[in-house]
Parts: sequence; C-alpha cells; structure tokens
Amino acid sequence: MRSGPRGGHFREQDVASHPLAETGNSFIRIEHVSKSFVGVNALTDVSFAIARGQAVNLVGENGSGKSTLIKILAGAETPDEGAITVDAEVHASLDPRQSVARGIQVIFQDFSLFPNLSVAENIAFSLELAEGRTLVRRRHMRATAERVLERIGVTIDLDIRVEKLSVADKQLVAIARALASEARLIIMDEPTTALTEREVRSLIAIIRRLKADGIAVLFVSHKLTEGLEVCEKVVVLRNGHLVADAPASEFDAGSLAYHMTGRRLAETAKPPLAKSSPAIMSVRGLSRAGVLREICFDLAHGEVLGIAGLLGSGRTELAKALFGLIEVDAGKLLVDGKRVPFGSVHTMIEAGIGYVPEDRLTEGLFLPQSISRNVTIGTIDSHAGRGGVLDRSGLRAQVSNWLARLNIATSDSEAAVQSLSGGNQQRVVLARWLAKRPKVLILNGPTVGVDVGSKTDIHAIIAELAASGLGIIVISDDIPEVLASCNRILVMKAGQIAEEIPGASIKETELARRLMS
Amino acid sequence: MTDTNAAPAPKNPSPAAPGFVVQLMQPGIGRLAVMTIVIFIAMAALSPEHFLTIGNASSMAFQFPEFAILSLAMMLAMLTGGIDLSIIGIADLSAIIAALILSHFAGANATGVEAGGAMALAIVVSLAIGCVAGMFNGIVIAYFGLPAILATLGSGLVFTGLGFAITGGSAVVGFPGVFAVIGNADLFGIPVPLIIFVSLAVAVWFLLERTAFGIKVQMLGTNPLATRFAGIDDAGVTIRTFTYSGGLAAVAGLIIMSRSNSAKADYGSGYLLLTILICVLGGINPYGGFGKVSGLILAVLSLQFLSSGFNMLQASNFFTQFLWGSLLLVVMAVNTIQFRRRAARSSSKAHV
Repeated sequence: MRSGPRGGHFREQDVASHPLAETGNSFIRIEHVSKSFVGVNALTDVSFAIARGQAVNLVGENGSGKSTLIKILAGAETPDEGAITVDAEVHASLDPRQSVARGIQVIFQDFSLFPNLSVAENIAFSLELAEGRTLVRRRHMRATAERVLERIGVTIDLDIRVEKLSVADKQLVAIARALASEARLIIMDEPTTALTEREVRSLIAIIRRLKADGIAVLFVSHKLTEGLEVCEKVVVLRNGHLVADAPASEFDAGSLAYHMTGRRLAETAKPPLAKSSPAIMSVRGLSRAGVLREICFDLAHGEVLGIAGLLGSGRTELAKALFGLIEVDAGKLLVDGKRVPFGSVHTMIEAGIGYVPEDRLTEGLFLPQSISRNVTIGTIDSHAGRGGVLDRSGLRAQVSNWLARLNIATSDSEAAVQSLSGGNQQRVVLARWLAKRPKVLILNGPTVGVDVGSKTDIHAIIAELAASGLGIIVISDDIPEVLASCNRILVMKAGQIAEEIPGASIKETELARRLMS
Repeated sequence: MTDTNAAPAPKNPSPAAPGFVVQLMQPGIGRLAVMTIVIFIAMAALSPEHFLTIGNASSMAFQFPEFAILSLAMMLAMLTGGIDLSIIGIADLSAIIAALILSHFAGANATGVEAGGAMALAIVVSLAIGCVAGMFNGIVIAYFGLPAILATLGSGLVFTGLGFAITGGSAVVGFPGVFAVIGNADLFGIPVPLIIFVSLAVAVWFLLERTAFGIKVQMLGTNPLATRFAGIDDAGVTIRTFTYSGGLAAVAGLIIMSRSNSAKADYGSGYLLLTILICVLGGINPYGGFGKVSGLILAVLSLQFLSSGFNMLQASNFFTQFLWGSLLLVVMAVNTIQFRRRAARSSSKAHV
C-alpha cells in the first residue's frame, strides 16, 4: 500500500477533498445504456447517476435487468449502446481491470471468497495481487485487514478460516476486501437475502459509515423495505427499462412494488379468525432438548398461523418436528382429533401434514428433473395401477391441472425445473403438496428468493387455500410477509413461544422490535 | 406479469438453427448412436471379409449378453447415485450354488425330468441368492448409512470369499447337457443369451420409464434430501433397487456358468470395471438420477464392435482395452466441454 499502514487516513483525506471541488457532480453516470442478448432486450436506454458517498437502491424483479447492469459496471459485459462516465471520463464500455482501477467493486451474492483462506488473507489478497506481489507477506496482509476492518468498525478474528464464518461475517469480509482495493463504489447484489433482521440492521449501519467515508453504494435488491431507509435515491428497473429514478423519500413499500411490477399490489393485514372455528391441529408440550421447550398451540380450519422468529429461535426445528424429520423428547400432536406420534415423515404425511421446506433448491426440488416429475413425485403411487404401471395420461392431466391452477408460467412441462424462476419453482413445490390434499400445510419461508410480483401471488394462493379449509402454518422472518398473510402470529424465541399476537393488530416496526428484543 | 417470471425460455442461443446432424451430435443417445455406427463402419472397413459375416454377428451375440446384463445391474445402482461393486461376487456365488445343486441332484449324464427339475431348482435358488445378496447391500446402505461404494466393496469381497470357501477355489463341473442351452443354444437362429438380455433390458426400461418405482429411483439419485422431504420411502427404494441389481447379477452368473460349463469363484472378475465403463459411456450419470437403457445398449455394442474388430486384426487384448479406455476419455471430455458451455450459457442467461 502506497502510504503504508496508515493508508486509511490517506483515503479519507482524498475523498474529503473532492465533494467541494465538484459540487453536485456525480462519480459515475450511466448514460443511455442498452444491451440485448440474442434478441432479448436486457436493458433499454437506461440512464442514471451515482454521486460520491451516495447510496442508491437499485430495485427490480428477477429478469428486470439488474444483473446485466451490474455486469456492465463490473466490466463483465459490454453495452451495445450508451456510455459510462466515471470521474468525467467517458467510456463506451469498461473492462474488468478498468472497472477495478476506477474503484468499482462488486459484492456478489455468493461473496466470491476463498473459504479455505483466513479472514486476513481474503481481505488483503486482491490488493496484494494488484500490487504485483509474488511472495506472501503475512504481517503486511494482517495490517491491511486490520486497518480496513477498523474503518467499518468491525472486529472479526483475522486468523479464522472464512468457511467457519456466518453468512453475515462473510459479507463483512467481502466488504472489507472491496475497501482494501480502494473501492469508491461498492455494488452489493442482494446483500440482505441470507441475513436475519438483526444482521440487516448492522449492515445498514455499515453502509452509513461507508457513505460518511465518501464511498458510494449501489444496493441491489428485490426486498422492498431495507433499501429505503439507507439510500438517498431509488432507481427502479422493469423489463430492462428504467421506470423510476427519484429520492427515496418519495417511495414507500407500496409505490415501490407498483413501479417494480407495474400493478397495484394491495396487501392488507388479515384479521384473526372467528373463535368458533374448530382446531385441525393441536400441539401440546412439544419439547426437544436444547431446541424446543413446551410448545403449545392450536391451528384452526382455514387459519393461517404465522410463526415468526429469528434464525436460531427454533422455528425450523419446530417445523421439522411437526413433519417427523427430527425426533422429539416429549409432546402430543392431534390432527383432526386423532393422536399422531412424532418421529416419522411417513406417519405425518398419512395424517395429512405437508411441509414446504426452507431451502427450495436443496430440500424442495429435484433441480435437473422435469417440472412434471417434480409436481407428481409426491402422488406418483396413486397413479400406479396394477404392477406399479403408471397411468401416464392421468399424470399429464394432473400436471397441466396444477400448472394452470397455480399459474405456473412454462411452455414445456418436460423442461428441467431449474429453468423456472424462483416464484414458479416455489409454486411447483406447492403443487406437489396440494396434489396430496393435505389437511395442514407447513410453509417454511414460502417466498425466500421470490420476486415481489410472485410473492403477492403466493400470498394470494395461501389465502385461497386457507379459505378452502386448510390449516396453514407460515414460518418466516420476513415481517411484512407474516403480517400480510397470517391471521395470528406466534413469536418464537430460544425454542419457546414468547408471545401470541392476533393478526392486523400490530405494526411492522413493532413486530420487528418484539422479535429482536 | 407472470409470463415474464419464467427465466428466458431456452431459445436456442446458437446462431444457426440446429439441423438433424447437429441434433445427433448433441450429448445423449443421438451422439452415441452415431459413434456406434461409425465404429461399426470402421471395423467393417478394416476387415470386411471377417467382420461382416453371420459367424461374427453370432459370436458377438453370444459374447456380450453376460456383461451387458451385469451392466444393467450396475446401471440400477448408479441411478440411485450409488454403485454396486459386488455384482461379480454375487454372480459367482449364486452360480456356484446353482452348480452345486445341478451336480448334486442331476450330474453330467442326467436327462429328462431329473435334469429339468434340478435345473429349475438351481435357477430359482441362484436368483434368490442374488436377490438376497443385493437386498443385503441395500440394507447396509439405507439403514447403516454406508456409502454404496464401500458397502458393496466389502460385501463383494464377502461374496467372493464365500464362493472360495465353498469350492476351495476350484471349478464346480458336471452339469446335465440341457443346462448348456442357457448360454450356448439359439432359438430360430437367435442366441438364447441375447434373448435373455433383450428381455431383461426391456424389463429394466419398463421399470425405469413406466413405473412409479422407476421414477422414484431417478428422483432419489437426483436429490436424496428432497426425496426425504417429498415423503418418499428412500430406504425402501434403495433396498429394492439393490435387490434387483443382485438378481440381474445372478442371471449373468448363470449365463457365464452355462457358457463355460463350470462355476468358479473368480470368473468374470475382469467385467467389473468394464460394466462401469459401459455405464459411463452409455450416459448413465455417475452422480445418479439420469440414464437410459438405450444408451447402455449402444455403449455395449460399440465396445463389442471394437473388441471383435481388433480381435480379427489379431491385435492384442491389451490394445482393445487401451482403445476402450481412450474411447471413454474422449467421450467424457466431449460431454464435459459441452456441459460447461451449456452451463456457462444458461448461467449468463439466468442472471439477466
């Protein structure tokens, strides 16, 4: 590093001198950029600017062109038309080296860290390479890492291997690495996807520090709320077009969703059910050493029950216990008045319980297999006639019926399910369970990684299913989701139900506070 | 709006519309078929006077069914995401038991009801032993959580060891003449082993493509965790698959026994790696979940053409093995390159 271990101060001065010199001038301007891939227009005439130390929230649904824009800024894609101006210098396109040299750093969703290297090595590695070092200088790397972490006010053990860190800490390491390489614009691609509410709070605090440090942040997301509070400006992309570019103060979750989807999405909180509805499922005294303590609740016919809790609160263990995936130490379960023993998935399915797992990609779907197989695998035995021979026309009818009912957009049900978007993939898992006609459906994180439009659709599906008499449990740490879809909310903390809140009786911020307190 | 939620449909990104020939060159059955035909033509061109004869066709049709059936057994295990290294052990052990029954109850000079009855008993018992041995593999894998490669490596050694213990390492001989029909006779000019193989191949195809169980096997091989979450009895599927695999191995054992008119604890030991090679060459995904019987048959045929062809040119057996290995490497390399290109393309599209 040019100025040695004190380089951090050098940077601050450097940045501090600029805003005065170029009052109101932007650091980077994207001007009339268009890009198409084999006939598909990914971006059409997109223009906006990012100022020094400004946080810009770039929002759009999956397929809106966000990723293409990031790649153009990172120099990984060349725009067909338009220009990118960095520091008043006009470029028709950037290559990755230019992009880095101009201070543009992208933090992708997977962070692109080296899991087997230490924190210090990860932070300092690209800088050392950029300086053309051939030999490892541990002490120097440590100094760089320490200095950078201090800048964002974070302490992480420098010697620990990155694979042992939590997702949130890995993200911090990625941010620190960007800073070590003299970043002036940090692009964060979906930075909050894998974070709990609390971790999101601390990420936002760090973004504030970066801004104060003169570093611009492009916060790319399809979650609506977090960006608004930390970003000065919101830029919305829809189908490759820029549909809004305005100060964040002019948006709220509703108007943002409108811009992203082009339609009004009215999501109102649901009131509690009338007291008289009979219970379809009752849980009493469910305990498992270390994770669940004395869980008791009833779920009524047609009720959507939310179980809100942070990561580690026991919410996923509760779901797994109810689906027989883990053993329990004590507890009683009644479904439709009949006692059901814990500990076997088969028994739970027989009793009418369905479970849509948390991690759709590893637990829910057979990614390379066809959509139709993914839909029918749960009910395949009911289509087997004598000798196990499949009734293929019956299967096809089932598939087309469910694709239509859940509005799954595909032209070919024999295509691999991985070719679908997140929202449609989730509907495939839902279809598999609904085909089994369950009495109780447990949805763990039903809209994780699903874009806003599909999210509302999935919430509508949940409401429709409940109206048809199903009991539904929604487990989630997405507070707006819990509020929008549940008649009643149980707050879980440390393996216990801490609180029961009737639907439509609590505000988002208040529920968030109670989850974290 | 929902229409645009789907990832960009797989519009063909290559500039030219794929013609028939291009399609045949896609990974999969088409390309394998082309490769098989090319090998056939090459072998025929090298020595037409030997290769393109009824005699050669017939001798090939007697040779390959035994290892083709073993390959079917291997294929089933591979589809679950596992492997079955014990098929040779099962084939030999079940054949040895069959041989003991035949020589004990009938003997070399028996005919008529005595021979027929002993043969029926021998076949039933050996198939049962094959199935039980396979079921044992399945249970060890499903309930004790051992990786298939270790479970079947161990059980294969056990089965072979039992065979040696029973026979003392020598061949069991002395079967009634009628038993030779299984491996050596023909029906309207079609070799009996070929008929057996074709029937079994059709049965396996039907099992995999037309029954609920077959779909479950492929889903289990694709993602065992999701199988459990979907409420499929993954242990049951594993056990049943390995049971079938053991049964198929026993059939192969009977054919080998009939062709060599003896049973021995170390027959066919060279076939184990060959069956893996055939499966991989035939497009059975070694990680499980994907594979077609048609691919396996094409792989068997290409290897048989190669070995017969070079055999006629008086090339050494080692040269044939060298060619088999090279063929596998080339096919795998081509498939991998294509797979990477497609992955790169689809990922660049997915991030639009």
